Amino acid sequence: MIKRTALLLLSLLGLTAPAMADYPRSWGLNLQQPAGVLSQQIYDFHDLLLWIIAAIVVFVFLLLVWVVIRYNAKSNPVPSTTTHNTLLEVVWTVIPVIILIVIAVPSFKVLFSQGRIPQAEMTLKVTGYQWYWGYEYPDHGNFTFNANMIPDAEIDASKGQRRLLETDNEVVLPIDTVIRVQVTGNDVIHSWTVPAFGVKKDAVPGRLNEAWFKITKAGTYYGQCSEICGTAHAYMPIKVRAVSKEDFAAWAVEAKTKFSANTPNQTLIVAKAEVQ
Amino acid sequence: MSAVDHVHDTHAHGHDDHGHTPGFFSRWFLSTNHKDIGTLYIIFSIFAGLIGGAFSILMRMELQDPGVQFLTDATGAPDGQMWNVLITAHGLIMVFFVVMPGLIGGFGNWFVPLMIGAPDMAFPRLNNISFWLMIPAFLLLLGSALVGPGAGTGWTIYPPLSSGTGHGGASVDMAIFALHLAGASSILGAVNFITTIFNMRAPGMTLHKMPLFVWAMLVTAFLLALAVPVLGGAITMLLTDRNFGTAFFRPEGGGDPILFQHLFWFFGHPEVYIMILPAFGIISHIVSTFSKKPIFGYLGMAYAMVSIGVVGFIVWAHHMYTSGISLDTRAYFTAATLIIAVPTGIKIFSWIATMWGGSIEFKAPMLWAIGFIFLFTVGGVTGVVLANAGIDTALHDTYYVVAHFHYVLSLGAVFALFAGYYYWIGKMSGRQYPEWMGCFHFWLTFIGVNLTFFPQHFAGLQGMPRRYIDYPAPIPEGLKGDWLHRTQYMIHETWMTMTDKAYVSPIDWGLHGWNFLSSIGSYVSGAAAVFFVFVVIYTAFFGRKVGANYWNAQPNTMTLEWTLPSPVPFHQFEIQPQVK
Repeated sequence: MIKRTALLLLSLLGLTAPAMADYPRSWGLNLQQPAGVLSQQIYDFHDLLLWIIAAIVVFVFLLLVWVVIRYNAKSNPVPSTTTHNTLLEVVWTVIPVIILIVIAVPSFKVLFSQGRIPQAEMTLKVTGYQWYWGYEYPDHGNFTFNANMIPDAEIDASKGQRRLLETDNEVVLPIDTVIRVQVTGNDVIHSWTVPAFGVKKDAVPGRLNEAWFKITKAGTYYGQCSEICGTAHAYMPIKVRAVSKEDFAAWAVEAKTKFSANTPNQTLIVAKAEVQ
Repeated sequence: MSAVDHVHDTHAHGHDDHGHTPGFFSRWFLSTNHKDIGTLYIIFSIFAGLIGGAFSILMRMELQDPGVQFLTDATGAPDGQMWNVLITAHGLIMVFFVVMPGLIGGFGNWFVPLMIGAPDMAFPRLNNISFWLMIPAFLLLLGSALVGPGAGTGWTIYPPLSSGTGHGGASVDMAIFALHLAGASSILGAVNFITTIFNMRAPGMTLHKMPLFVWAMLVTAFLLALAVPVLGGAITMLLTDRNFGTAFFRPEGGGDPILFQHLFWFFGHPEVYIMILPAFGIISHIVSTFSKKPIFGYLGMAYAMVSIGVVGFIVWAHHMYTSGISLDTRAYFTAATLIIAVPTGIKIFSWIATMWGGSIEFKAPMLWAIGFIFLFTVGGVTGVVLANAGIDTALHDTYYVVAHFHYVLSLGAVFALFAGYYYWIGKMSGRQYPEWMGCFHFWLTFIGVNLTFFPQHFAGLQGMPRRYIDYPAPIPEGLKGDWLHRTQYMIHETWMTMTDKAYVSPIDWGLHGWNFLSSIGSYVSGAAAVFFVFVVIYTAFFGRKVGANYWNAQPNTMTLEWTLPSPVPFHQFEIQPQVK
């Protein structure tokens, strides 16, 4: 907590560039720290579920321990002959139903806020390729670029780079903005995800899937392709740098020039299909 | 549970008619005897299990430390395809060639006829071909790795990765043929079980007096007969997409890859119940026998299995939450999936209630059964978490899912396989395993599998995707050399970190820590599996000889197999038993 407050203060003073970055942490036991509206909901709902399932497991464990201690052949040489107890059977049917209802109500809330896409302020189009991601910014001059993983040999840990997660081009997005992401695949199915934002959508050839998210904290965030897509499945990460709206606007102008020569990669499946 | 008329104990001895036992070749290669076919299935299952298990140890060795050490190509670069072939083979082998032949072909064949008082299965020759289809199926699957690139599609074989776009060559075609044969075997077996159970029960054994293992096999057989043909259709369409220019799943021809996912999971979800329902049946008998109490809530137990089977057919798309299916569809499948927790809860609580008030003996089968109940609960509650489409956004295709399904299958279905082995090996072979060996095997496995799979929950929550050859942990300077040196280094670093507070280890205890623990666990489990092979061989040749009712099953927990001598004679029930 103190560390986080300190970081927050420092970032207010403009002393640290990325206020936050998320990736799998040392002995991390829980979901990654949420940095978006949806991931916060997921995080909180998972907390609730964790209490419920832990209680159930502990309850069953204690019952088993009790049975083992009290009803082993030494403690209880004469077994009872009870085979029915209607009340008990009704209870252990009804109570789980109640628990499930307690789970289902917040579950639908979380699901519906993911599934009902609000009025989007900008769109990011993502295309999955074997084995890299292509990005398009249709609302900011329709520029496009690809993001390939930086190989291990070129990783500079002293700059805070993390192997298997860094890409040559990073996705830059504004915070506090409703971002619609449209995902498709060019060859096989991939899946675009950033755990810190609470988004994961399969990139399916022939389909345009939609999701949305709103980033609440500036920083650098990582994700990894989440649908098996062939040889280099583990080597097509997602790196997103979330910045303020102003910084994003400035970056978009720059990027439009920088990437003006690029056109979306259209090496089509047809060509590959002929190979077989 | 039906009470059995004990007068028939004495009849059993009249069956000892060994005169008709055929010679070695015709007995084992042309067998029509349900017990011999069951034995063949069990041997096959153990054999395939060792291969599938060896693959998983190799996978864990690779994931023990960050970087790619074992699965490299000729140039030393990571060979992701080889990795994908391994995980695919592990999944398909464990599902189709270990758990299904072990539980259904092995114990089902052996004990369904015995428990219902039948002389054999309804269609003995069909039974024979069901088994012998498994051999070429297995060879085709293994052979698929030797032609072309191997089938590196995951056991879900999703197109376009599994179509010409992702996999040229003949490997995936061979894997499809392997599944065709295994599927045909399953369907024929299912037809055989349904016919046997409906028509060959001893007089007096109504459906509501049928032992729970037979109920489990009846429900399983229906699931097989309804689900496996859908898989057969889907993979045949995939085959024609690959080879004959159809476009069922090819978007460039107007097809839809998502259609394949629907068809696959319409089979795939019932498939997981196909693997676990027979396990439920075995556990019920063991809990009842060793508690010396009839099963609590017998009808509830039977109908819980029926409802799990029925609901199991209408929850398939919870495997596809991130594929782009509509919001309302996700909401429906969330609700339907949560419902499965109710009958499953009934089963867990009924097993505990069966033990409650009992006089429990903790023999090896009972240890496995109690282990099953607890670990299945752990796997069950993470299933409740994953059922929620909202949370699945974070957890889909991560190690959390891997941990979940290994808790219900590896620590569920496989625990039941071992439980069944220790419970019935005396009945099947006439020789008993040494008790300490069964208990030692249990504890070694229990520690190993929990160490393997529990840390995977954390890796998954942290976002580690499944089917990854490597993970984003830094490779510390000291982590060098062969597997032994790296293991020593890690153990040293762990020890220093734990004992010396001032010591700063260069290890990233993030994903590296969890994966290291998980790998160590898999080595312990592997050692337990090797020990089991030793137990099997020792028992078969040197086990103590036992009588008919060696567990001292009480009259009110008795099922018909305990009325027969051990080993069960070649032909049984020449005089039909009566059930009160």
